[in-house]
Order: sequence, then C-alpha cells, then structure tokens
Amino acid sequence: MHILYQIFVDPFMQMVHAPDLLMQTLWDGLVGGVLYSLIALGFVLIFKASGVFNFAQGIMVVFAALTLVGLHEHGIPAFVALGLTVLVMLVLAFAVERLMLRPLVNQSEIILFMATFGLTYFLIGFGQLVFGGNPKVMIAQDLYLPSGAIEWKGNFGFVSLQKIDIAAVIIASIMVAVLAVFFQRTRIGRALRAVADSHQAALSVGISLEQIWVIVWFAAGVVALTTGIMWGARSEVSFSLQIIALKALPVLILGGFTSIPGAIVGGLIIGIGEKLGEFYWGPLLGGGIENWLAYVIALGFLVFRPQGLFGEKIIERI
Amino acid sequence: MRAPSSNETALGEVLLAVEEVSLSFGGVRALTGVSFDIRKGEIRAIIGPNGAGKTSMLNVVNGFYQPQSGRITFKGEVRTSMRPYAAAHGGIARTFQNLALFRGMTTLDNILAGRALKMHRGFFWQLLRYGPALNEEVEHRHRVEEIIEFLEIAAIRKIPVGRLPYGLQKRVELGRALAMEPDLLLLDEPMAGMNLEEKEDMSRFIIDVNQQYGTTIALIEHDMGVVMDLSDRVVVLDYGRKIADGTPDEVKRDKDVIRAYLGESK
Repeated sequence: MHILYQIFVDPFMQMVHAPDLLMQTLWDGLVGGVLYSLIALGFVLIFKASGVFNFAQGIMVVFAALTLVGLHEHGIPAFVALGLTVLVMLVLAFAVERLMLRPLVNQSEIILFMATFGLTYFLIGFGQLVFGGNPKVMIAQDLYLPSGAIEWKGNFGFVSLQKIDIAAVIIASIMVAVLAVFFQRTRIGRALRAVADSHQAALSVGISLEQIWVIVWFAAGVVALTTGIMWGARSEVSFSLQIIALKALPVLILGGFTSIPGAIVGGLIIGIGEKLGEFYWGPLLGGGIENWLAYVIALGFLVFRPQGLFGEKIIERI
Repeated sequence: MRAPSSNETALGEVLLAVEEVSLSFGGVRALTGVSFDIRKGEIRAIIGPNGAGKTSMLNVVNGFYQPQSGRITFKGEVRTSMRPYAAAHGGIARTFQNLALFRGMTTLDNILAGRALKMHRGFFWQLLRYGPALNEEVEHRHRVEEIIEFLEIAAIRKIPVGRLPYGLQKRVELGRALAMEPDLLLLDEPMAGMNLEEKEDMSRFIIDVNQQYGTTIALIEHDMGVVMDLSDRVVVLDYGRKIADGTPDEVKRDKDVIRAYLGESK
C-alpha cells in the first residue's frame, strides 16, 4: 500500500502544499516544451511538403547557431551576422533541393530518409571544419536578448522566471502563428499541401515542386536558427545539441507528423510532462527519468492513438 | 445533346499539333509516329482499345512523358517535348483517369489550388497575409465560387475530397482544371466508372464548358455513345499507331476501326 500512496497521493499533496514549486516546475516545463515545439515544427514543415522525415533538423539547429556565432567572432556585427545566417540557410535550402532532392525525385521515402542521414554527417563534418569542434557561447547580449531573472516572492512562496525564457516563449509563439496562417491560408501554403498530397496533380496545375521544396527547407532553416539561438542562449552551442532532434520524435508521435498545432501541443505536453514527472515521481525511481519519460508517453500514444492528437486519420476508400 | 449537324461546323485554327511522335519504355513501344492536330474551339476525342496509347498521348501533350522523337506545336511554338510546368503555364489543364486530387484538402482548396499560376503576390506579402495578397485571395475566391456554382457542388464546398463519392470527386477534379482557365482541357476518361445519370451530368458540363467558355477540349472516352454525341472529330489509336482520324460518322464506318474493336471476320 505504501507504494500506491507514494505514486497516487503523495506527489499531489506536495503540489498543494508548495504551489510555488509547482509553478516553477510548470514554467520550466513550458519553456522546454516551447523549444521542443520549435524543433518539431521544423520536422513537420518538411514532412508535410515532401513526406521526408528530415533527420538533419537537429544538426541544422547547431549549424545555424554556429554560423551565427562564428560570423560574429570574425568581427561582423550581430545583426548583420543574423542576416547573413538567414542567407546561409537559404543557400542550404537551394543546395539541398538541387543536389539531394532533385536527383532522388520519385524514390521511396526510406531512401530520402537515408539521404537526410547523409546530410547530417555532411553538416557535422563541414561545421567542424569551418567553426571547429569546441562549444561556443551564444551572442545573446549582442542580439539584445534579455538576461537575468524576474522573481516573485509572495505568501505562496518564491518563483523565478528567466527573462531569456520569457523572450523564447514570445518569439516562438509569434513564429508559430505566422507560419500557421501562412500555410493554411495562402497560395504558397496551399501549393505546399497540394504537393504533400499528390505530386502528379500538383504538377498538372502548374505548381513547381522545386520552388516548394526550397521554400519549406528554407522555412525549416529559419525555424532551426531561431531554435538554435534560444536553446544556445540557455546553455551553449555545441554539436551535442543535435540530439535534441531525437526529442522531437515523441513530440511528433504525440502531435501527428502533419499537424502544426499538433507539434506545438505535443511539444508542450512532453516538456511539461517531463519536468513534472522528474520532479514529483522521479525520486521514486532514483531520478533521471526525464531522459526517457517522453518516449514512454509516446509509446502510450502509439498504442491508443497512432495518428497522434491532431494527425489526419488515414482514410482509404476500398 | 448536341445535334449531329454541329459536327460539320467550320474548324478553327490549329491550337496544338503533334507530328510523328514516338514514345517507348525500354522495349515497349507506346506510341509510333502519331500525328494529329487539335483545333481551336473543338471537342476532340481520342479513342482506341485498351493499351492503345491514349493516356500516353495525353501525358506527352502535358509533359509528363518526353517522347523520343517527334514535334509538338502548341500555340505556334514548336518543341520536341513539353514540360508539365510549361504546359500548365501555357494554358493546358487536365484531369486523370484514376483521379489525382489533393485528398486531404477541401473542395474549395482543391479548386483554389488550380489558381496557383494566376496568383502572383510575393512570398513576403503572403507571409503577412495582408494588403495585396489578401485582396488577391478574395478576388480568386470569387472566381472559384463561380466554378463551384457552375458544377453544382456548392454543398460539398468544405468537405475534404477524400471523403466524397467517386462521381463528385471527378467533378471536383474538373473544377480544379477549369480554375486554371485553360485554353486546352485534357480529360482522361471523364466518365469512367459512372452511372448513366452521372454520365449525362458530366456530358452536359463538358458541352457547357466548350460552348460558354469556348474552351478547346481533348478527351479520352470508352463509351462510344458519348464520344459520338460529344465530339467534333475523333482520332483512333491502336497499338500505339493512328489508324483513323475524322468526324464520328467517318470513323464509325472505317474498316480498320471496326477491325480493331471487333476483330477480323474470316
């Protein structure tokens, strides 16, 4: 009986008795979740338009952040470097379309998936060659991102919010809103969904596959840059950051591979779930459950709702 | 339905001509030295037994296939092969034998997608969905609503097309092609798998499109009754070769055509 008490009663008692700790945990989870959402968003964009699961999204985050910091280290002013980095991501999108996607057009999805592995290793090698393998510090101050914390003390307790986290939440929200409207309600957005549905039909109405691919890879690149800046500002910019791409996988399973709102909600659920789980239930298992909890949540979803929260149900007429 | 006398109406100028087009896949010859033309304002039928190369012919015309030899003249411009983008840009729209719709999108979005080439506002405005881009959306939406009304599919405007019955999907596909305001409309078996009533509706739409908008139409069809009623001129393919070309009445009496369809009597 004691173990049941520890699982089902004790954590909730703690939440009620120390609301400040609960709020702090929720906030930390929210911030982590927003960043997961951003990464998942990069995946969804490319998956929607080309059916490719882009394994390289994680390294694109690192590559974008490294380019920004690297350019600044060479004495280029921060905002000029930011513009140049956006340009680099555009060049990358063109290169990916011309050198990787176009020769592989009409190949099966697994082949394109493997090609993104190749892209990952290329970007790791190229990044290390140009910028070196050492971790770098994000130029948050030069980009006028706030630092420090806002603290609240009250009769409920003590809560501390990092200003950079608040900025991350706001910037991510704006970005997501713009992308959502863009892809739902405009010609290019419609063309993108059209390409995702049927290449042949898209070609027949005069949609250019090449143009659409460049646009989505560029959009994914800009999302990667944003993620890189925000994540880099909280810790540091290093190649190990690319494994956060693997965290996007449970987010996508939760939210559905084709849904932008799904990526956001999925990211938040995973982020908050992770932190709550770690803080309140982690001690039961000796801690460290944050690393695998997300995958267990995703597994549960796979069993009960394989298309995800917002994924399109697969309709097949027979 | 159209009176037989209209078959003899004066023909317009040549809109599209294919000359000596040959296409093969490995050792299989899909088309061998096929030539014919499509004139402005007519309804041109392409008929033939299964595997005669009819769909291959349409795919050559709109650029999905690049023939190994031959020439295609469209609006006076001569080229050895078409590209899908160039075809769509030049005003060639098409529907598919087995439907190629954007299944996850609504009827409205499917037809709006047909306007892709007519919308020009840049990436930046679209990103904001404001100002010129918004006006453009509204303007095109207007045009699309007319098409929806014309095809009598207003009731299914907001339904994802994957959920619609087959006959209606065919109609949405026609709507998407019409949204391109094409000069040449290619219809690949527009009535395949339809019941009598649906066939009559579709025939009516095809005639209306031809007469109201003056759109030139090339269609592949198996139902001989439909072909004879609708078309001004018919080209007959068999094993990738042209075996007859003329008015429906001429073609119907042609010995080679009868042999291809019914076999030779000994």
